[in-house]
Amino acid sequence: MTISAGTFTFVADLVRRCSGVQLTADKEYLVEARLQPIVRQIGLEGVDEYVDTLRMAPHGAEHDRVVEALTTNETSWFRDFTTFQVLVGHVVPALIQDREASRPLRVWSAGCSTGQEPYSIVMALLDAAPGRTVEITATDISQEALRRGRAGRYSQLEINRGLPAGMLVRHFARAGTEWELSEEVRSKVTFSRHNLLDTPPPGGPFDIIFLCYVLIYFDPETRREVLRRVRSVLAPGGFLLLGAAEVIGVGDGWDRVPIGRGHLYQVNARGAA
Amino acid sequence: MRALVIDDSRTMRRIVADILGELGFDTSQAGNGREALDMLEAGETFDVACIDWNMPVMDGLEFIAAVRARHEWPDLTLIMVTTEGERDQVVRALAAGAHEYIMKPFTPDALASKLGLLGLLPVEESL
Repeated sequence: MTISAGTFTFVADLVRRCSGVQLTADKEYLVEARLQPIVRQIGLEGVDEYVDTLRMAPHGAEHDRVVEALTTNETSWFRDFTTFQVLVGHVVPALIQDREASRPLRVWSAGCSTGQEPYSIVMALLDAAPGRTVEITATDISQEALRRGRAGRYSQLEINRGLPAGMLVRHFARAGTEWELSEEVRSKVTFSRHNLLDTPPPGGPFDIIFLCYVLIYFDPETRREVLRRVRSVLAPGGFLLLGAAEVIGVGDGWDRVPIGRGHLYQVNARGAA
Repeated sequence: MRALVIDDSRTMRRIVADILGELGFDTSQAGNGREALDMLEAGETFDVACIDWNMPVMDGLEFIAAVRARHEWPDLTLIMVTTEGERDQVVRALAAGAHEYIMKPFTPDALASKLGLLGLLPVEESL
């Protein structure tokens, strides 16, 4: 089964307007795959019929649901181990040297999905910056992803994806068929809904901003706008981290810090101006 | 890179070996810990071993303990791949000397992510 061109255009337009995420024409399969479960749950015939009902209604919760379904991304623990090596080996030592010990380290995990990224950051910082207060602001556009992140419970399949066994033993307890994160780790993360095209979330200025595998979904103009907003809440001397496999230009205002294979950036004089 | 798959289930050995093959490993197989130890003693070398826990003759935990006690294969990375999913069992495996632990059932990307953590894959493949 496929979806009609009209359905794709409507959904792509809706998602772009509400999140800035661009669904290119080759993403038709994605629209169908992500909306099919909703269609089944409601008991409708197909994706086309479902989208027709949205077309006739004013923007509401059902429209938000579509945007969420199309913008929730794959995630795993310590995604890009090199990124975390850069965090632990360079970023944290530099910040510890630069900042007063009494000041909390503030991190923004932008596009945090179901919480694996912000929680991985906490686990890494507990080792790399012992005794430091850490405050993680974790944001995503999907309420469902945020709900799961706040719950801090993960299936065995999710646990298998990238979580070192030593971290599992130290920070998780078995809860039925799932694994539950310790209160120590969970208490350091504040989840909130946020659209990257809006004013940045409270909790900053941030010493570190994780923006991993987010920019790739935006067109160049939207990328610039997101980066401008990100820069406005990055503390002086702070660091921006992108995904290690992301090959993306961040523009003139940033300098790449040549450390390992991670994509680490700092604001330069032009960006600060 | 060479990998040794140790499992008493031929089907499971093939599944794990296929995943490792896809990731670029040359793979060998052993039906239990004793067979695997025989291969090591005969001078075969491996970068990583994926080890089932419950096997006849010599189980995975005994194999890991035996490898670690001998100090002859310090570069061999040991990953327990098992249906045992209690926290205490993960603790026991790590205490015996396992480097990593994967609970069955698992997806190919889960194994890839663990190999990535252990530095046994290039970054692009550990995503």
